[in-house]
Amino acid sequence: MDFNDTPEEAAFRKEVRAWLDANATRKSDDKQSFRARNDDPNLLAKAKEWQARKAAAGYARITWPKEYGGRGGSPILQVIYQQEESNYLVPLGFFDIGLGMCIPTMMAYASPEHLQRYVKPALHGEEVWCQLFSEPAAGSDVAGIRTRAERDGDGWVINGQKVWTSGAHYCDYGIIITRTDPSVPKHQGLTMFFLSMKSPGVEVRPIKQMSGGANFNEVFFTDVRVPDAQRLGKVGEGWKAALTTLMNERLAVGLPAGGLDVDELMELARDTELDDGPAIRNQQVRGKIADWYVQQQGLKLTRYRTLTALSKGQTPGPESSIIKIVAAPKMQDMGAFAMELMGQGGIMREEVPHAAGFQAQWIAGAGFRIAGGTDEILRNIVAERVLGLPSDVRVDKDVPFNKLK
Amino acid sequence: MNFDFSDDQKLLKEQVRKFLTDKCPTKVVRRVLDGEETHADDVWKGLIELGVTGTGIPEEYGGLGLSPLELCVVAEEIGRAAAPVPFDTSVVLATEALKLAGSETQKKKWLPRLAAGEAIGTLATAEGPQPPKPRSIRATFGGGRLNGRKLPVADGEAATFAIVLANTGGSGDRAVSLVLVDLAQASVERTRVETIDPARKHAELKFDGATAELLGGEGEGWRLLERLYDAAAVYFAFAQVGGAEAAMWMARDYALQRQAFGRPIGSYQALKHKLADCYVKLELARSNAYYGAMMLTDGGADLPLAAAAARIAATEAYDFASKENIQTHGGIGFTWEADTQFHYRRARVMALSLGGPMAWKDKLVSRLEQKNAA
Repeated sequence: MDFNDTPEEAAFRKEVRAWLDANATRKSDDKQSFRARNDDPNLLAKAKEWQARKAAAGYARITWPKEYGGRGGSPILQVIYQQEESNYLVPLGFFDIGLGMCIPTMMAYASPEHLQRYVKPALHGEEVWCQLFSEPAAGSDVAGIRTRAERDGDGWVINGQKVWTSGAHYCDYGIIITRTDPSVPKHQGLTMFFLSMKSPGVEVRPIKQMSGGANFNEVFFTDVRVPDAQRLGKVGEGWKAALTTLMNERLAVGLPAGGLDVDELMELARDTELDDGPAIRNQQVRGKIADWYVQQQGLKLTRYRTLTALSKGQTPGPESSIIKIVAAPKMQDMGAFAMELMGQGGIMREEVPHAAGFQAQWIAGAGFRIAGGTDEILRNIVAERVLGLPSDVRVDKDVPFNKLK
Repeated sequence: MNFDFSDDQKLLKEQVRKFLTDKCPTKVVRRVLDGEETHADDVWKGLIELGVTGTGIPEEYGGLGLSPLELCVVAEEIGRAAAPVPFDTSVVLATEALKLAGSETQKKKWLPRLAAGEAIGTLATAEGPQPPKPRSIRATFGGGRLNGRKLPVADGEAATFAIVLANTGGSGDRAVSLVLVDLAQASVERTRVETIDPARKHAELKFDGATAELLGGEGEGWRLLERLYDAAAVYFAFAQVGGAEAAMWMARDYALQRQAFGRPIGSYQALKHKLADCYVKLELARSNAYYGAMMLTDGGADLPLAAAAARIAATEAYDFASKENIQTHGGIGFTWEADTQFHYRRARVMALSLGGPMAWKDKLVSRLEQKNAA
């Protein structure tokens, strides 16, 4: 057992590190500037510029085939690149959905001409993509969407509303799942398309989140025309296409957890005086620190088990399904506890070391427990796919969608 | 990245698993639970034949000379079967203590006999319902004679020798030493004590001037015990992971089969989520245990932290899975005839035998402080 790279991996890591050193700045220990760094209004422009540089150097999507600008490399090399990149101050996150989910779905279903047209600009950060799945009445139960697409000549007309669409306000294109046949049960009447977010009839309204940021949106569709050539998969087989998209979401392993963790909590506990001395000497505090350390290590090491499978060219086991179930509540609970250590002063949005960071995690944790599969849905998935327990009773399963209450 | 066991180690694991599935089904655990025998000697003899007792003992002392990783996979299977055999006492604690602190003469005398299964060793630290501390140990050793009483001692009746924590007159942490005592002498009295897990028999040992000898230096007992516990914590963690996994699947199988309100109870989210939580805790424990195993093999500098994390995670996983297994079974799970009790009892015995989670959490943070200060 070891955490060492294979010779091939080590050579790649060295190459990546050299390139990053030449093109980016290493993260300094500047935790105080947490808010300043995250509130930069030029973040998107900087991210596009970084993405272009990365793509030109061939690091933007290592697992993609060469014809699409990738390297045809194994997933472990992609992970190694991400591990190294996470040590540098570079703007990330704007292209994950597009390159991680939308374009792979395009690759599975779009015509060669469309791929020729769209893949490269997406890879180089010139065009940003979003995923139009969730709706006000369809969150965890995403197959319950109501946005309609109706035939009209050689095209389709889309009417309806999407919600929680990350990045829609700056995106150029999106993949959308629509209902094309309400007279059959819900999973059967769906069809997927891609469309320009600049199409007439598309209106994007940012949603201000509890964190104060506005990363996601409501998107309204009023008589939006889409050519039939932009259909992804067969009519009525949108659910299959959507599963392709969501499968790709699950391949996103090995990403660093980021944010403040046990080390910072211990620093805080050392600097905080309780009635009986420094908080770090208090047994309750120590118990909590130990619990979170065990979780932090457990998550890191569980990722290493998954990476081991990837490194050996095997399919990873189901162990990575626990990561968000543990990481999201930990983020929320640890943030809350760190604030408690500071007493009433812990509520102040001041730039005291770590305070803003822990507050941000406490807020973000509440969202993280919902985004990309709620705690509850993820437990269902573990119970059903790992433990083989029966799926929930679905009273709507065989009922035509337009007969549902 | 190579954070997994080798194919050979997995093969060994399969072999031990197959043997235990065959020779140590739950009815054997029940036989020991209900009966008078000190342990399942038929299973124990089979394990000796498989070479289990010699796994971690160097070849020069008659063992197989395999790495700690092999012993880890064996431990997981012993735990999965809740096997009523002196594995954790003899193969883990006594063997590791001799390897850690034994003189050449002591190793030559005892390790070959442990490997061959001719001797069973155990560790005796507790003196009743108090966590043992250097200042609280009343058993004394001096002039080659051991006096005092130890209880509960796992496998105290079956054991050939015991490694006893005894006061040797020093001060502070140096007040205690490890003492090796042959139990086959008239000045040793053994009495069975009842515990929460009758499938693992425990005894009270009384020493009335028994002939004994130091294991390791005088006054080194507490320091040696800490190091012994770090290694043992990793092996125990694997056994706990095996037990937790067994309890989880037992609950899952029952949840699939039992019907209520017209469908299997395993289709209700209250149960699905509970069992998903068993899996989450199990995988956190498994990952931490793997790291502990890795640190054992390298003589890794991170062993103290890795062992504490493995210990805490595995204890929690086993406690949780074993209690929710009973809960999933409902009333039948609380009966004497149900197999659910085996893991519930064993989980608690294992949780307390090297010190409970509270103590290990405190230890973990101290070690984290030391590491961060370095």
